Amino acid sequence: MRYAMVVDTRKCVGCSDCVVACQTENNVPHGYCRDWIVEVVDGSYPNVEIELRSERCNHCDNSPCVRCCPTGASHIIDGGVVVVTANKCIGCGACIQSCPYDARYSHPEGYVDKCTFCHHRLEKGQHPACVEVCPTKCLYFGDLDDPNSDVSKALRNRKWKTLAPEAGTKPQIYFLT
Amino acid sequence: MKEELFISGRDIPFIDPYLNIWHWQIPVYLFLGGLAAGIMFFAGLFTIIGKEKEMETTVKWATFLVPVALVLGLFALFLDLKHQLYFWRLYTTVRLESPMSWGAWTLMFITPLSFIWVATYIKEAIPNWKWKISLVENLEVIATKYRIHMAWAMMMLAIVLGVYTGILLSAFNARPLWNTSILGPLFLVSGLSTGLATIMWMSKSHYERSVLSKIDIALIGVELFLITHLFMGFLASSAVQIEAAQLFLGGEFTASFWVFVVILGLIFPATLEILELRGYKIPVWIPAFLILLGGLAFRFIMVEAGQITRFLY
Ligand code: SF4
Ligand code: SF4
Repeated sequence: MRYAMVVDTRKCVGCSDCVVACQTENNVPHGYCRDWIVEVVDGSYPNVEIELRSERCNHCDNSPCVRCCPTGASHIIDGGVVVVTANKCIGCGACIQSCPYDARYSHPEGYVDKCTFCHHRLEKGQHPACVEVCPTKCLYFGDLDDPNSDVSKALRNRKWKTLAPEAGTKPQIYFLT
Repeated sequence: MKEELFISGRDIPFIDPYLNIWHWQIPVYLFLGGLAAGIMFFAGLFTIIGKEKEMETTVKWATFLVPVALVLGLFALFLDLKHQLYFWRLYTTVRLESPMSWGAWTLMFITPLSFIWVATYIKEAIPNWKWKISLVENLEVIATKYRIHMAWAMMMLAIVLGVYTGILLSAFNARPLWNTSILGPLFLVSGLSTGLATIMWMSKSHYERSVLSKIDIALIGVELFLITHLFMGFLASSAVQIEAAQLFLGGEFTASFWVFVVILGLIFPATLEILELRGYKIPVWIPAFLILLGGLAFRFIMVEAGQITRFLY
């Protein structure tokens, strides 16, 4: 099993519902977030193109954050989900330095925190909160190893990209372009 | 053309607008680690080649600073941790892939070793010194017998420690300024040089100082060569590394790096050392102080600048 997320940049309107849904679902402290919206404006008026992306931890296949963690607090669970065990984390910040996407932050309580793909929801057979709440249904979630999953189908039918693949991290969040 | 990039909904402390999660503690830790490695390396080396008599400060007196530097360095690292109560977790696993982990373990071995080394010389330093416990007395006798073995271990571990202070940074591929394998040797050589500067500052023997300063001039030469190499490598690399180099070639770290690290921290003290060897009277503390300051500045600048560099997307 290999969980992945697909973001349709053509459907996303940048409403930030996913951001708020995550903050609520995961009790993210005020002023912090595990997912965020990036808006890229290309060109100049009148030929302007806008790309909107809902971004989060890429749950990389080759995850430098897991490699550099001195205690094993950062680790990979079923489905390739990268998570942090708070009471093993010493807050050294090595994983924050190692993430090319700045997807991690230091929780005010000291440990490092980030997107978990809502694995507490996955265990119950539900989708991550951001996926559930998106009003334009631009987020897809599922198992890449299953050819009939939403993500596999979306990637088969559309052009896509990943972020900074040159960082060598094999990111698992895909963006339909 | 990419015109503008907005990240909305994000203003996370220490992460946005650019990463700033490591503060003064890490460069201080790297500096003290490198300095300790330098002193230990030369204490080991001159013991092994049988120069304890001629190089007394190197082999004996300067090593008294090593445990102090290591303990202070570890304390700085501890201060940097944000989940300090769980510090002990560092020592419940060995993770070879993580420089932070094997560095912590290296320190776990090298720190006690430095204490034992110093203990075997304490009676020479303080003639009336008495161990209160007879067990310690006996241990000291045993340790003194194995000094040459300890010297070998110290020399090896010093190299590991010195290289580690660079690899701690170079292992992060996400920070283009750090992500070069030259950083390991560069930090090692710089650490050795700061160690030498400290010993020279302490030494009263003219012979010892001249031996050390010859080595130091060579090390500074190597350092300048590695720094040149570092920038050549960056400029011949990908966009992100060219951008990283630009921080030092016209960007915001240009003046601080070239003035404090390269000129005042390397070229000028090396010139003073050469003049001293030629017979000019130059107070030893001047080049020593400049080398130490340059080494500290180098680590501050590298840690700070590296966190700004990132992958573009
Ligand atoms: S996006 Fe960053 S935090 Fe997430 S798995 Fe990749 S490297 Fe680790
Ligand atoms: S901050 Fe925590 S999770 Fe990150 S590398 Fe250090 S110990 Fe591991």
